[in-house]
Amino acid sequence: MPPETYELRLYVAGQTPKALRAFANLRRICDEHLSGRYSIEVVDLIENPALGRGDQILALPTLVRRLPTPIKKIIGDLSNTERVLVGLDLRARRTGA
Amino acid sequence: MARKLLEKSTIDKALTGIPGLDEITFGGLPAGRPTLVSGGPGSGKTLLGVSFLVNGAQSFAEPGVLLTFEENAEELARDVRSLGYDLDRLVEQRKLLVDYVHVERSEIEETGEYDLEGLFVRLDHAIKEIGAKRVMLDTIETLFGGLKDTGVLRAELRRLFRWLRDRRMTTVVTAERGEQLFTRQGLEEYITDAVISLDHRVHEQISTRRIRVVKYRGSTHGTNEYPFLIDRDGITVLPVTSLLLEHAAPDERISSGLPSLDGMLGGKGYYRGSTVLLSGTAGTGKTTLAAHFVNAACARGEKCLYFMFEESPQQMIRNMRSAGVDVSKWVAKGLLQFHADRPSRHGLETHLLEMHHAVEMFEPDVVVMDPITNLMAVGTTIDVRFMLTRVIDFLKTRGTTALFTSLASSDMSLEHTETLISSLMDTWILVGLDLQGARRVRQLYVLKSRGMPHSDEVRTFRISGRGIEIDPPHDANGGGKKVPTKAAKKRAGARSR
Repeated sequence: MPPETYELRLYVAGQTPKALRAFANLRRICDEHLSGRYSIEVVDLIENPALGRGDQILALPTLVRRLPTPIKKIIGDLSNTERVLVGLDLRARRTGA
Repeated sequence: MARKLLEKSTIDKALTGIPGLDEITFGGLPAGRPTLVSGGPGSGKTLLGVSFLVNGAQSFAEPGVLLTFEENAEELARDVRSLGYDLDRLVEQRKLLVDYVHVERSEIEETGEYDLEGLFVRLDHAIKEIGAKRVMLDTIETLFGGLKDTGVLRAELRRLFRWLRDRRMTTVVTAERGEQLFTRQGLEEYITDAVISLDHRVHEQISTRRIRVVKYRGSTHGTNEYPFLIDRDGITVLPVTSLLLEHAAPDERISSGLPSLDGMLGGKGYYRGSTVLLSGTAGTGKTTLAAHFVNAACARGEKCLYFMFEESPQQMIRNMRSAGVDVSKWVAKGLLQFHADRPSRHGLETHLLEMHHAVEMFEPDVVVMDPITNLMAVGTTIDVRFMLTRVIDFLKTRGTTALFTSLASSDMSLEHTETLISSLMDTWILVGLDLQGARRVRQLYVLKSRGMPHSDEVRTFRISGRGIEIDPPHDANGGGKKVPTKAAKKRAGARSR
């Protein structure tokens, strides 16, 4: 089975420290775990406020895994790699985690 | 008591357009500020908020944004549509914008720092899109179930309410009542401008909704609990009339229907716009006296609305015809309208609202309620008194003369019922039966009548095929009973069984 391609979208509102941190963390994690099979689209809600409704964005930053389905959401600056991997279904959820 | 409550308010207000609510808040909700509306499930808080938005959009040229955190969007639209609100049309006209915020905890992983800027962006975008002046957040506390970091959530909600104030948004924030607090998460700590509490109680299988303005910074407000209704017309808070004792007091007098009784009332009858209580035990002639009053009013060309809580109109018409008072001709002429209803069919507040509707539709000069004591079956005496206060207030504001009959079943209840309601009445006439030898003799006297000299005699009367005939007064020395009112009242009640 060919490895799935991950289509990711990172929602932010302006270049806040949290947004920059989240982007850096995401790039690092993807390079380490999804090398060559991922795409990241950054959506700045300040420029495109209407886009927040579609993906039900509330908290920022929010990472949305659009593919593979089902859609997954991870909110925060993605500073906990372990949690991000769990959230993206790249690692099994540990009981009590 | 007649203290003037209306004062110059220090703050701007935004009308809700909800009948009665704008009266008890003296002009609506604080403009440009958030108001907390708290209540249990099904208490009507969402409907109140939606009414505020819809009325704002339809009547006050203030578009509104509804940010709903509730799960079922279709349900909301259906509920409000059943009340005649077409949200879709308002949305089409860009007077209303509904944004459904959905947070599913199981779908969301939290890692690291975040804030709720996404919510602010969405709200800001929605407000700008339609030029909103009003916002409703329904029910924002749902977020506490969707996000784990309550510290962030609290800080962000505090920021949100400040943000709404800075943008001068008149906002309704609904919240589920907590165990101790008005909200589960203590939102009242952040929303200090105004707090409204809704309540839904069931007493002896009859439900009553109540509303109370708990707090209103910078403004006077009615502090009582007021009953309110949700029906096909939406929310109505009672009273729908003024809370002030500022009724006009006309000097005009109108006949009681019997010249001899008018004679006992300073020679001229009742004051127009006053309230009259006719009380006595069963079969003493209360309804017949009321029929005379109706007859005289209709003969003057005035309109009369007769609320009956015991008999049917046909029964009453037949009985009165046999007692020599034919009121059926006034029904035919459209001057007399009956409104018969079984007291136990609704709660008191529904009765009250129906009375309001009926009076507003028919616009009577004279109203009769026969007998008000039957309403006691529906509520406590205190509730009935409360309701009568509203009715009387409403009728007096309109200048409508009202006659109430009251059935006394025993000496005890005569005292009890009447001490509670008699203070609301301008004129109080007692009827009773006195056993004299082998005959029961009907008696009548005027216990009080404000603003006029009135007779202090106990007069006997008969009901014949020509109606009520009051016997001439006993001559000054010949046994005219001049009795202290209290004693006379007790005697009238005790004798008449």
